[in-house]
Amino acid sequence: MSTHDLITVHLKVWRQNGPNDRGHFEDYTLKDITTHMSFLEMLDVLNENLMKEKKTPVEFDHDCREGICGSCNLVINGIPHGPQMRTAACQLHMRHFKDNETITIEPWRAKAFPIIKDLVVDRNAFDRIMEAGGYVTMATGNAPDANAVPISKVEADSAMDYAVCIGCGACVASCPNSSASLFTGAKIAQLAKLPQGAPERKKRVIAMVEQMEKEGFGDCSNYGECEAVCPVGISISAIATMRTEYVKALF
Amino acid sequence: MEVASKKSTFKWDSKIPTGPLTEKWKTHKNNIKLVNPSNKRKYNIIVVGTGLAGASAAASLGELGYNVKAFCIQDSARRAHSIAAQGGINAAKNYANDGDSVWRLFYDTIKGGDYRSREANVYRLAEVSNSIIDQCVAQGVPFARDYGGMLVNRSFGGAQLSRTFYARGQTGQQLLLGAYSSLMKTIKSGKVKMFTREEMLDLVTVDGVSKGIISRNLVTGKINRHAADAVLLCTGGYGNVFYLSTNAKNSNVTAAWRCYRKGALFGNPSFTQIHPTCIPVSGEYQSKLTLMSESLRNDGRVWVPKAKNDKRHPNDIPEDERDYYLERIYPSFGNLVPRDVASRNAKNVCDEGRGVGPSGLAVYLDFRDAIKRDSEQAIRERYGNLFEMYEKITDENPYKVPMRIYPAVHYTMGGLWVDYNLMTTVPGLFALGEANFSDHGANRLGASALMQGLADGYFVIPYTVGDYLSGITPGDVNTDHEAFDQAEKAIVGEIEKLLNIKGEKTILDFHRQLGKIMWDKVGMSRDEKGLNEAIAEISALRKEFWENVFVPGEPATYNKYLEYAMRVADFIELGELMARDALARPESCGGHFREESKTPEGEAKRDDENYAYVSAWEFKGVDTPPVHHEEPLVFENVKLTQRSYK
Repeated sequence: MSTHDLITVHLKVWRQNGPNDRGHFEDYTLKDITTHMSFLEMLDVLNENLMKEKKTPVEFDHDCREGICGSCNLVINGIPHGPQMRTAACQLHMRHFKDNETITIEPWRAKAFPIIKDLVVDRNAFDRIMEAGGYVTMATGNAPDANAVPISKVEADSAMDYAVCIGCGACVASCPNSSASLFTGAKIAQLAKLPQGAPERKKRVIAMVEQMEKEGFGDCSNYGECEAVCPVGISISAIATMRTEYVKALF
Repeated sequence: MEVASKKSTFKWDSKIPTGPLTEKWKTHKNNIKLVNPSNKRKYNIIVVGTGLAGASAAASLGELGYNVKAFCIQDSARRAHSIAAQGGINAAKNYANDGDSVWRLFYDTIKGGDYRSREANVYRLAEVSNSIIDQCVAQGVPFARDYGGMLVNRSFGGAQLSRTFYARGQTGQQLLLGAYSSLMKTIKSGKVKMFTREEMLDLVTVDGVSKGIISRNLVTGKINRHAADAVLLCTGGYGNVFYLSTNAKNSNVTAAWRCYRKGALFGNPSFTQIHPTCIPVSGEYQSKLTLMSESLRNDGRVWVPKAKNDKRHPNDIPEDERDYYLERIYPSFGNLVPRDVASRNAKNVCDEGRGVGPSGLAVYLDFRDAIKRDSEQAIRERYGNLFEMYEKITDENPYKVPMRIYPAVHYTMGGLWVDYNLMTTVPGLFALGEANFSDHGANRLGASALMQGLADGYFVIPYTVGDYLSGITPGDVNTDHEAFDQAEKAIVGEIEKLLNIKGEKTILDFHRQLGKIMWDKVGMSRDEKGLNEAIAEISALRKEFWENVFVPGEPATYNKYLEYAMRVADFIELGELMARDALARPESCGGHFREESKTPEGEAKRDDENYAYVSAWEFKGVDTPPVHHEEPLVFENVKLTQRSYK
């Protein structure tokens, strides 16, 4: 933790005026940033300053600001979501930065996540992967009593470990191959742990993996970067499960 | 000051079915009209918002065979703010064998709402609660279970039973992802078409009947027209009118507000829930408040020092110098009193000068005794993610030092007025979930918002929308209709106007200023003088906004601050209506506390003789006071008592 209560930061922010613009870094200096401020609140200050000078603010995605909606997608000093482990950018606070530090801010960079403007990217590819099979086919009203099928605590807890994915895409941004394997694997692993997922198990894994490839995400080469940056700590074992499920589904 | 325009001759029809309470919903389902399966494909339905209510409604209606268009402002349907709900969802399963029943859940919910909601609606909510749990489990929602594989429950504020189902501290996320998965499945089947980053900016009506919407593509700025036979508004609450709240930054009232301006009545706008356990404000720059789930009150003990201005470290304050004020004042409920009671008491002890932390606007939530009793590991298993979140924000370790908490705006019980079928006063326009006013009265009990959102979407609207649709001709209005021309023109004009003001103050300046007026004068405690001042101040702020705001950028691009400007403009108008509504209700009830109406002990004093009604407001123009209507509430099954948690 910084000992300073008020710090000065030098920002290098990616500015790109639309998908077809080339884009560039722009430098800004912010003074008197309190270390209790969140990273996004620091960007709010930047934008307020820009608008007071009648300039165009920096666009960035954000919503819940409590680490659960998965909207934020900032690469901070080269690391998706920044330096604090298991923390989405919106939960990162300025106390993790030094006085006079230079901070580089970029969007996720991946072929499957085209840039819309500045730090905002298009992540609809994730929805299409889910659409391919990330569900249990059951119509509303069809369900048996919730306790009709017991699920051991161990399996339910393990399913939950995968189900907590917030769909932010940091795994893709950190991967040298821009692979979406952790994201896709997390849903496959969640449903593979539960009896409800069993009937569509084979169909699901094949459809989701194929969609992932179709979207232009790369393959997994076991770098493990995704697990390191995942803000909710999803284990790379999700990818192992996805592969096992995939191989099983072929036979 | 004139609070409201003269009463009009508006006729109520809340369409509550006749017959005994326990049979109403069954009878109603047997009697409402159906749409033939092969005819369903002829009807187009628009669903705005993809939170619990919207996603569940869109998926369920698509499954039935209707053509659904679903809209969300985020980049994915999965990001709606339901995702952030932490604690749990109630149901009357009685799995805990502690004597729960549909009746008890109904009774607790209507009592918790301080008798300002309809018996029939609340009973139906309790009745369908069990099906929601079944539905979610079948989708693969990993609720907490015991070693035998059965579901476990916990208790939640305001209930003396364990009826709350949960998935760690991320119940909302798991329920939303369940609904989202059903939505994705229905999109794949071709019955739902999804529009992400697309914001509804107006409702299109023809002869007073809802026929579609005008939306803006938030990436290109293009204004689009969508015609439909029914429009379902599932756009959540309006807590951000206070600027600081636990809502997501993009949560807003715009879609609902524009429906109000098109003739839908707004029910109980002043009924706001101030949640007792949030992380306190730390500075002027603060952009939002973070909730710490109320489930923490199951194990945490709330206290402040007995002495005023006690600046000692909490761990240095001996036991006999601590005031566990909730346990002291409310011995039977203790730390588990409902939210409104817990919030008001926190405010009281801080007003007495016994608040803690740098601002003096906080109380302690202490886990020392629970850790001693159950072990740190046990507490970690129950609340690990919440403790982690607390530490990230405050840089303090709640396993070692008590948490500091303070109330914050969390949920809005008010919303568009709807009848038993969830239809607003504009035929063909429905409101679901937090966007409507219907089930929580003047105060919502914990773990009942998720229940209501999913009840409306999965188990109410699929039946009731058919009753309306069966009486109209599908597709009788298309987007070439002049009503669409006019609505689109108005939106284009509004955007141009905003961008051309080029004033000196930022949108945030206005939003902060509005929030301060709302929190000080229309917040946890309200009085006539303050409310009158608020109305005047907000009205002046509105004028200043339209003369002096600076909105950057261009209309036909991605422009988040333009979106924000339109939302703040609507919040300003809403704030004024909230103050009027609070002024028109001189009683205290639930989250609405009027200084003029309290018991000798300082508790809220309801006035059932004069105010047992729903206030519903009719828009008459921005500069004309709205018309105030009253829907009387009839209680045939519950006994109205002053709530006591002592």
